[in-house]
Amino acid sequence: MIELRDVTIMAGKFALEHVSFRIDSGKYAILMGRTGQGKTTILEAICGLKSIVSGKILVHDLDVSLWSPGERGIGYVPQDLALFPTMTVQQHLEFALRLRHATPRSMAERVAELSDVLGISKLLQRRVQGLSGGEAQRVALGRALSFHPSVLLLDEPLSALDETTRLEMHAVLRRVKETTGVTMLHVTHSKEDAEALADQRFVLEAGKVLESR
Amino acid sequence: MSQPYTSPEIAETGVRGQMARKSDVPFFLVMGGLSASFVVLIVLMLAADVMFTSFADFRDALLKPEIRAAFRLTLLSCSFAAIMSLWVGTPLGYLLSRYRFPGRWLVDTLVDIPVVLPPLVLGLSLLILFHLPIGGADGWRLETWFRDDVGFPVTYRWPAVILAQFSVACAFAVRTMRVTFDQINPRAEDVARTLGCTRGQAFIQIALPQAWRGMIAAGTISWARALGEFGPILIFAGATRMKTEVLSTSVFLELSIGNLDAAVAVSLLMVLMAVTVLLILRAIGMRLTA
Repeated sequence: MIELRDVTIMAGKFALEHVSFRIDSGKYAILMGRTGQGKTTILEAICGLKSIVSGKILVHDLDVSLWSPGERGIGYVPQDLALFPTMTVQQHLEFALRLRHATPRSMAERVAELSDVLGISKLLQRRVQGLSGGEAQRVALGRALSFHPSVLLLDEPLSALDETTRLEMHAVLRRVKETTGVTMLHVTHSKEDAEALADQRFVLEAGKVLESR
Repeated sequence: MSQPYTSPEIAETGVRGQMARKSDVPFFLVMGGLSASFVVLIVLMLAADVMFTSFADFRDALLKPEIRAAFRLTLLSCSFAAIMSLWVGTPLGYLLSRYRFPGRWLVDTLVDIPVVLPPLVLGLSLLILFHLPIGGADGWRLETWFRDDVGFPVTYRWPAVILAQFSVACAFAVRTMRVTFDQINPRAEDVARTLGCTRGQAFIQIALPQAWRGMIAAGTISWARALGEFGPILIFAGATRMKTEVLSTSVFLELSIGNLDAAVAVSLLMVLMAVTVLLILRAIGMRLTA
């Protein structure tokens, strides 16, 4: 569950004021809105990269507003993916697990499981520079899911993909939701994505988030 | 040489005219000529040095114990100054690149001062810093404190050489590292933090491994700056033979006693050292890329 209660965020010149919404556990929520409305800012506030001025952010009824990004345990896939240029695909999947001092065996199991779900088993030893858009997207998704987060935030994950890859990714995202039960918040401006994936839909307009049916 | 210009009427009626054929030769002549003037100047200077000195002069100069001591001190002090510059320049470059803190513009400007300051002024400033009495004429002095309490006198000794080199070299290292981190996507460090990294872990595990190329560049430039350092060393460390003499000082000392042959030989030695260090660091860079 993710809940924003009366949250105000300052982001450079503009402010998002009194934002409130709630996503139920295990649901796939889509947040739509035009470019420049502050969708990314909301995601950054939820995962802790941007501090909020007032209000509360709750994850599973815990107030995480003052927690550091690492303590929140939220998976985050930014729009530019921001893969680690010096690491292989496998190292991406292991990164968060190493920080949690996972045993080599549990790490190997998790990598096998994730790469299977995401269809990247053949890429494990590759560096990230040569990956295609869809492959890079899957790696970023795997990195964010590796440590079993209860919440996953996706920032326009499909915007740069061609039509076929996009449909494939829809299937991958549905599979992720079914196999992990993670609560997802997906930011997009594509109606198609919303129709294909959403359990709950929100629209960000003029600084307000409204749930739409 | 050129085809006739196609008149507007023909263009308008839809007849496809041919563009007058223009040559790219003038472009390459002008650009190449201007570029070559600089490259040729460098080559000619080096060639003149080589032609001036004979191998025997070169060998004689290098066999002098004073020059050998200066060579050793130069190698050690430059390497030490470069390592210190990298050690300080990397975190400072990172902070300037990633964070907006109060007084950032001031720090940013201060860091550049050693670059723009006349070298003699820098040396004099160091000297004054270490000898300014605080609290009356018999007050506390930095140099006295270092000498008596720490047991490590600085002025007119080898530490002064390194400090003088470091104070300029580090400014270049900071600049280089800052540009390096500016070019590295900070989002990767952000994502690492959501995965559980502290800021420190994100710096060490994500930013630093991407910055090695910049670190090699910063190390090279610091080393080269330290090698060329002369004015501040002369004032702050003196030019005592066998003690605070580095190769740039040797050139000056040999020149001042009219020994032009030795001065040129030492200069050539410095050219060789600079080129060697440049090549070694380039090679390391290439190996890391491969």
